[in-house]
Amino acid sequence: MLLRHTPKEVIAREGLTINPAKTCQPIGAMYAALGIHGCLPHSHGSQGCCSYHRSTLTRHYKEPVMAATSSFTEGASVFGGQANLLAAIETIFSVYEPDIIAVHSTCLSETIGDDLQQITKKAKDDGKIPEGKYVIYASTPSFVGSHVTGYANMVTGIAEQFAQSTGEKKEQINIIAGWMEPSDMREIKKLSKELGVKIVLFPDTSDVLDAPQTGKHVFYPKGGTTVEELKSIGDSSSSLALGCISAEPAAIALDKKCKVPFETVDMPIGLSATDRFIMSLSKAAGVEVPDEITAERGRLIDVMTDMEQYFYGKKVALFGDPDQIIPLTEFLLDLNMKPIHIVSGTPGQRFEKRMKEILRRIPEANFKNGLNADMFLLHQWMKNEPVDLLIGNTYGKYIARDENVPFLRFGFPILDRIGHSYFPNIGYSGSLRLLEKILNAFMDRQDREALEEKFELVM
Amino acid sequence: MEANIHFPDPSKVREELTQRYPAKVAKKRTKSIIINDPETIPEVQANVRTVPGIITQRGCSYAGCKGVVLGPTRDIVNIVHGPIGCSFYAWLTRRNQTRPETPEHENYITYCFSTDMQEENVVFGGEKKLKQAIQEAYDLFHPKSIAIFSTCPVGLIGDDVHAASKEMREKFGDCNVFGFSCEGYRGVSQSAGHHIANNGVFKHMVGRNNTIKEGKFKLNLLGEYNIGGDAFEIERIFEKAGITLVASFSGNSTVGQLENAHTADLNVIMCHRSINYMGEMMETKYGIPWMKVNFVGAESTAKSLRKIAEYFGDEELKAKVEEVIAEEMPKVKAVIDDIRPRTEGKTAMLFVGGSRAHHYQDLFTELGMTTVAAGYEFAHRDDYEGRHVLPSIKVDADSKNIEELKIVADPELYQPRKTEAELEALKEKGLEINGYEGMMKQMMKKSLVVDDVSHYESEKLIEIYKPDIFCAGIKEKYVVQKMGVPLKQLHSYDYGGPYTGFVGATNFYRDIDRMVNNPVWKLIKAPWETAGNGKGAELEASYVTQ
Repeated sequence: MLLRHTPKEVIAREGLTINPAKTCQPIGAMYAALGIHGCLPHSHGSQGCCSYHRSTLTRHYKEPVMAATSSFTEGASVFGGQANLLAAIETIFSVYEPDIIAVHSTCLSETIGDDLQQITKKAKDDGKIPEGKYVIYASTPSFVGSHVTGYANMVTGIAEQFAQSTGEKKEQINIIAGWMEPSDMREIKKLSKELGVKIVLFPDTSDVLDAPQTGKHVFYPKGGTTVEELKSIGDSSSSLALGCISAEPAAIALDKKCKVPFETVDMPIGLSATDRFIMSLSKAAGVEVPDEITAERGRLIDVMTDMEQYFYGKKVALFGDPDQIIPLTEFLLDLNMKPIHIVSGTPGQRFEKRMKEILRRIPEANFKNGLNADMFLLHQWMKNEPVDLLIGNTYGKYIARDENVPFLRFGFPILDRIGHSYFPNIGYSGSLRLLEKILNAFMDRQDREALEEKFELVM
Repeated sequence: MEANIHFPDPSKVREELTQRYPAKVAKKRTKSIIINDPETIPEVQANVRTVPGIITQRGCSYAGCKGVVLGPTRDIVNIVHGPIGCSFYAWLTRRNQTRPETPEHENYITYCFSTDMQEENVVFGGEKKLKQAIQEAYDLFHPKSIAIFSTCPVGLIGDDVHAASKEMREKFGDCNVFGFSCEGYRGVSQSAGHHIANNGVFKHMVGRNNTIKEGKFKLNLLGEYNIGGDAFEIERIFEKAGITLVASFSGNSTVGQLENAHTADLNVIMCHRSINYMGEMMETKYGIPWMKVNFVGAESTAKSLRKIAEYFGDEELKAKVEEVIAEEMPKVKAVIDDIRPRTEGKTAMLFVGGSRAHHYQDLFTELGMTTVAAGYEFAHRDDYEGRHVLPSIKVDADSKNIEELKIVADPELYQPRKTEAELEALKEKGLEINGYEGMMKQMMKKSLVVDDVSHYESEKLIEIYKPDIFCAGIKEKYVVQKMGVPLKQLHSYDYGGPYTGFVGATNFYRDIDRMVNNPVWKLIKAPWETAGNGKGAELEASYVTQ
């Protein structure tokens, strides 16, 4: 057994987290910053942070992930990291020539009290930021929230620091992407185009973290929301935030700064959440939903009706990030499945409130988020009440193998399969892909384990 | 080695590598970019701070301590005291394989333990939460040992992990709890963490169990972390040759083995950088000499086995080792005879680790390939120039804050395994006893040595030299491949391996053959980009006549 020491009996823990269902803020900030065109993320802390975040993102995307670091040593930790950051800014603009440096803090720089706003202002005053270039920042202490919080903080920083109101409204809608894959962002753009709505999507990692092989390394790939687009978001008619944890804070900040009204909807994962997304976007833009999209929806529903017998009553355990697993749980219920064990390491009361609503049909469901809501607990719950399917990031494979449970890779990070960068999990077609994968997981198992006389040709 | 490779003018290369840097940075980097001369070995600036803003390969002290040295021992519960990220990123990502004795034996490598420090712990102190976490780990698992690793905020807020560990150790009585002050900001790279780990393992583990293991030729394997099963292959060879392995530091190891390590009669060192401190300390305290070996490369493996036999000076062992080599080598030869015509004359660059950039040159030599440039990520001058430079290495502020343990001979257990005269005689036979000659002596004249290579320098080097293969890590992998050059990961082996010993050598030959000769590299350009279709290129005549 890979996780041979995990006992069935659950004892409450307060000090020890085991097999976390989250990681720390800065990696989220780094990911968000990669969704701006011409931007180099910068980690203000020890080298290890930057190295770990780049490594994890690289393993997940199999793509170059460029980012710099303030390379703190003990001296910087005692005397403050200002000198390191100023030196870094100078070096980066002369060597790597980005349009933007997006600085995020770490537990180290936060603990010693480095003020990124003050240091970046000093860099500007000292003439270290060339004309037409930008240094933006976000405070992302690792001891608060999770990687999702860090993503939200950087997206908020992007919105606050670029948005301008010219007083003239533009006929465009901001779509603030919650933490999703480049493939999902591409799908958002495709759906908006089908609806005939002009949008500014930010951040946007498509064509950055799914860049083509051309024989040439393009340091700043062609994708990413441009500075020009980001400046214009203050003039947009409204914003649609996809996810209450990872996207809504930026929408609030933008509304505060530039009076751009916003609506928050779930990330469009599954049928119902995609329905709400399409309704909200079409309403905000005042457009009719074209037949094309209705047909796409129809195809998803068609498979749901055709294959309903395979989903009915199947018990599911899942873990991941709130903005993703809230709509996913709802989708599982739409499929007549039974999500019974759910954990998310990301704290916040919104998770509990939404899960309570969604899971009211399944009163026996266990769910927990925040401190000590980890995969160790999820595994223990599974030992007490076994499931038919486990959904989560790659680390779930250790549980899946020990418990002999079909496993659907979903979320971050996925270190052992490809696909997530290229094929969306959102919208109707993304949901269809999820559905296909769930079915395959069940059917592959049935084919592998069925008695010979029960082996089915047609399923 | 004869140079049949045309090297670009190295001084021009150096200029090109640094010209975009601000003047001060360029001046600093120039001292780390050195044109090699194996006869007179020039000085390389190494183990110094990376300039902030430079995109570096380096990680932190915590990574070197927890990730590298302590991570591979399977029966320690390693609790990371800090915010969640540090433990998460080091969770199973280094591929240290381990093979518990039975399905019931302890193995915590698949687990990730953290105190998940919150803001209130940073403000009011985290010791209470740490002790609670240790207690919970003890109650859940009853492990033999619990190790605590400090992350950046821990040192700054002044949590005393050593006092907390001691308190809990005394409370439990049957569980060895100890801590490491390996905050990420210590030192300039992972290297600081290696040293801190060596100190802790030596202080808290080695010497606790005096049971003498059976076996005539007993040694410890130091600086081998069993990535991709490397240690398994070396264990196989040792067993075949009748050599008894007491402990590995630390691939496929257990607490029991480490505690018993001082009963061995020789320490052989693979990764000099990460573990030389252990060799030194065990020599001083217990009288066990250490010897540099290299099991990367078939010839190198044979050579290392012969050195071990020579050290023990036993005719029977020497004969057995020759028998093993004679049995293993034909299989290796069959593979290399097939592959070498396809790899001969190609070039490689290696920028990795603290020993791998040296060791893997042996495998490339066996493939008939030339290393045109190499450098370490976190090594010191002695790893480049040889240990004889140790007295001349300046101790700077970043090294000074890492503890140097004061070791003296153990009044009871010190027992020199060889006399001074015997050691001298062995050295004369070419054995690297208590010594290491470094990487540069083995590299060709005019080849380039670059310490702590930056992203910018790597891209330039590739443009200038157009190597057939580049060896580095995951962060560099896809950058280099986007340039159309295959990159072999020498930390994770691209999820393959083992690469040590005789079996490992053949694995490596096959992998390199596959990578440098893969037809996919020639398919990158779309047909319309290479021939006509309005892109300005002339249609090839063959198309017209066909």
